[in-house]
Amino acid sequence: MLKSLHAKHSDLSKTEKQLEILSNGIFKDGSLPTFADKIKAVNAFPLQPKKIEILQLNVGYMCNQVCAHCHVDAGPDRKEIMTVETMQQCLDVIKNTGVHTLDLTGGAPEMNPNFRWFVEQASLLGVQDFIVRSNLTIILANKKYHDLPEFFAKHNVHVISSLPFYKKEKTDKQRGDGVFDQSIKALQMLNKVGYGKAGSNLKLDLVYNPSGAFLPTDQKALEHDFKKALKEDFDIVFHSLFAITNLPISRFLDYLIASDNYDDYMYALVEAFNPSAVANVMCTNTISVSWDGWLYDCDFNQMLGLKVATKERHISQYNEENLSKRNIIISQHCYGCTAGAGSSCQGAVV
Amino acid sequence: MDKTYYDPADLKKFGKISDWNAELGDKFFDYYGKVFEEGSLSAREKSLIALAVSHTVQCPYCIDAYTGDGLKRGITKEEMMEAVHVAAAIRGGATLVHSVQMMNKYDKLSM
Repeated sequence: MLKSLHAKHSDLSKTEKQLEILSNGIFKDGSLPTFADKIKAVNAFPLQPKKIEILQLNVGYMCNQVCAHCHVDAGPDRKEIMTVETMQQCLDVIKNTGVHTLDLTGGAPEMNPNFRWFVEQASLLGVQDFIVRSNLTIILANKKYHDLPEFFAKHNVHVISSLPFYKKEKTDKQRGDGVFDQSIKALQMLNKVGYGKAGSNLKLDLVYNPSGAFLPTDQKALEHDFKKALKEDFDIVFHSLFAITNLPISRFLDYLIASDNYDDYMYALVEAFNPSAVANVMCTNTISVSWDGWLYDCDFNQMLGLKVATKERHISQYNEENLSKRNIIISQHCYGCTAGAGSSCQGAVV
Repeated sequence: MDKTYYDPADLKKFGKISDWNAELGDKFFDYYGKVFEEGSLSAREKSLIALAVSHTVQCPYCIDAYTGDGLKRGITKEEMMEAVHVAAAIRGGATLVHSVQMMNKYDKLSM
């Protein structure tokens, strides 16, 4: 089993090292413009939020998979887990603010021992969209998770699942041996309880991210190919496919450097910069909360240790007014969200 | 300095061909862009054709570009290799079909 960068004590498990790599080299010698310069040129600097609509909670870095591109550096060796106390603080925020979407991620969020309690509590609050980002294989990893499809359905959870490709080889290469077959079984279990069917309220969306140093193509074309292949080969249906660009941080950054693709990938991101994607990047309407309750502009800033630029930086001090007036912290990794059709946790943004 | 005929970094400079003749360069890129749009053939099919032709004209820049383009589009390595074999079959067939001329000439000149 692969180990996380954290467990290997890799230099790249340190956020300062990642930021140093991102800031120096081709961005320091002037070969490429910095993200700040690029958005200054389109009058979008400093980047500022709109209304906060989405609360994204990372409820722990523990995961049953060790994916080669994981920006969280999650895995079985990660022990960081959100406590009930922090979860309660998040529930209080949802209750008292205009947040309409709750987005649970990890690691495998289901591995947090308080996961089911939280889902039960949160579903009572009646948020419009209650998302759980499931890696699929967790459903089959242990008997105690086998009833997750029924549990999700009972609480009307919107399931968003990663499936790098509709073929075994690419999926297993990125996410580990056997992941494809297990994912297919899990998707069939979700379909069986009503997820993903046309007209069904039980939303099942898939996430595609490129299995290597290239950018995703048109989301609609990929969705068409995924739907056709999964239906024909496995009788699986789902609602939408979200194409997400891999951001050059953590394990994906490690891969880019080790495979000598870093410079070319950054050139590709900068070349694909799309000014119209800037206005809709996810950090403009999302707040990301880490397992220990700190607040970030997005999941990627969380992994780089870049907390929000406000006086109150913890969920226990959540101040909607000040958060709405903050400047969003940016670095070169932000090119990933503004390349081509843009990229967010909900896929393309333009 | 490396003395090589091809530098992979030159692919990024493709757009610069317009610098020395903007009118013709721009016309070429307009045409190029139009050719690869979705049409009677899908952009995916066109990408595979481009990959096969890249091998036939032995253009390393084009091979890099359309391998990357194929990956983006979710084209599998099996599909890519099949396309290259189509190119190879046509190229090989084109050589072999000329052997008819060789055979004709041989027969004509022989008693």
